[in-house]
Amino acid sequence: MKKIEAIIRKSKFEDVKQALYNAGIEWFSYWDITGLGKSTEEQVVRGQVFKSGYIQRRMVSIVVRDINLEKTITAILDSAWTGETGDGKLFIYDIEETYRIRTKESGPEALYNKEESAKN
Amino acid sequence: MKKNIITLTALLALFCTTASAQTSTAVTPKIDSGDTAWMIVAIAFVLLMSIPGLALFYGGLVRRKNVLNVFMQVFILVAVISVEWIIIGYSNAFSSNPIEALKPYIGGFDWAFLNNIGINDLSPYFISHSQPTADGSTIGTIPHIAFIMFQCMFAVITPALIIGAFAERINFKGFLIFSVLWSIFIYNPVAHWVWSGDGWLFKLGALDFAGGTVVHINAGVAAIVTAIMLGKRRDYKGHAIPAHNITYVVMGAGLLWVGWFGFNAGSGLAADGLAANALMVTHIAAAAAALTWALLDWFLDKRPTIVGISTGAVAGLVAITPAAGFVGVAGALIIGVTVSLICFFMVAYVKPKLGYDDSLDAFGVHGVGGIIGAVLTGLLATPAIQAYSGAAYGNLHQLWVQIIAIGATILFSGLGTAILFLVVDKIFGLRASDKQEAIGLDETQHGETAYTNFD
Repeated sequence: MKKIEAIIRKSKFEDVKQALYNAGIEWFSYWDITGLGKSTEEQVVRGQVFKSGYIQRRMVSIVVRDINLEKTITAILDSAWTGETGDGKLFIYDIEETYRIRTKESGPEALYNKEESAKN
Repeated sequence: MKKNIITLTALLALFCTTASAQTSTAVTPKIDSGDTAWMIVAIAFVLLMSIPGLALFYGGLVRRKNVLNVFMQVFILVAVISVEWIIIGYSNAFSSNPIEALKPYIGGFDWAFLNNIGINDLSPYFISHSQPTADGSTIGTIPHIAFIMFQCMFAVITPALIIGAFAERINFKGFLIFSVLWSIFIYNPVAHWVWSGDGWLFKLGALDFAGGTVVHINAGVAAIVTAIMLGKRRDYKGHAIPAHNITYVVMGAGLLWVGWFGFNAGSGLAADGLAANALMVTHIAAAAAALTWALLDWFLDKRPTIVGISTGAVAGLVAITPAAGFVGVAGALIIGVTVSLICFFMVAYVKPKLGYDDSLDAFGVHGVGGIIGAVLTGLLATPAIQAYSGAAYGNLHQLWVQIIAIGATILFSGLGTAILFLVVDKIFGLRASDKQEAIGLDETQHGETAYTNFD
């Protein structure tokens, strides 16, 4: 099991969301983040155009089974890409264990909905 | 039947005597219920401009660590200036000074604590509605108390406008003392000059319908002086710091727009055609200015922004303020478009070039917008509204008078603010410490946080 955390452009969020659905990802969480560093981005406030170090992005977090890792990574890399500086980054972490609280099952089974899959 | 006739005759006789009494002596002046009803509503509208209007507008524009500090600054000014106003403010601004030499410059203390003012007294100040009194003089149609409270709301919002210049870096105690002193020593005299019957600018014929000079130029000049003297914010890098909550900015600008109807249409002190015209030109100027700013944003910086259109609307409202009782629809359109063009240029290009940190553009919008409005009033005042003509209608003198009024206000407000600033800074200190500024004034000045993670 792996956790994928991706920092993406807000403008690409809809594309990434669709690509993840298409790749069969059932659930992910996301939140808005502000980055601060050496790179800057153009901002406009009351007609003043300036470079700002505070950069707004969106963080997407997904835990997947190993078999789904490659296609999830590909989905994000393709859908979040514009080719310009600032497209974002993608981090992969090992997940030690997963539990589903309702059924108390653990391991990769806890990551996908068996009942739903059986129905389809 | 006979009884009826007697009653009828008695009634007739009574009617005749009252009728003849009315023609022989002057009518007792009385309160006009229509004018008074509108003024009471207008008073509430002008309070709405300060809280929550201006508080939201400014609060949304600062960073989130300072939003409560801005709310608190506006709120406490409403409280403290209202008290100051009934103690000495109203008397200093609007009463007559017993010392002859001081009459044109400052009022006396006759009305301190609103002494000698009864609930049925009529306002000695009036614009379009007045009535003769028994002794042959003229008096207004609304209660004196309604006039006092209307003016109270103006006294409250003026120092609150300056907050935009020193937001995010002033310590609360210093701010409070400075603002109260500013109100007493700067606002009250200037209000006396322009609006009191004894005032020297009033006698000179300066036109300021709802406070372009007294409120906006006065506050705008104090804004740039305090912004420069207090120094830049620690995080100021020569450009605006983005707003933390633009939804507040929009709500604030919207409430300011609504409240401004009371501010301008109430300034005729009557419910009549002049008030309706003031409301109409206020609305049209704000709309034209908002539109102009949005288009400038769109053409010059690719996208129309919400902060931009809100700022444009406020600039339009500022500029139409002195003119609201003197111009028609054409004047309103010209004022609205012109003020956005110039204020946009000031805020977007001149301010960054000069490098002073007027946090929320109190000078760029209120100072510059007020000056433009006062000049254009001298240009565009039309005899079709009231009996005043501007330069465009052949009265070049009016433009000259406006420029004298603007110059005098800039000089007095500029110098006075600088002196008050130095004194208060010396005794109490005005600048928040670097660490307080970094942590945020909400936490360090008030011990509260705007957006918590608690349920």
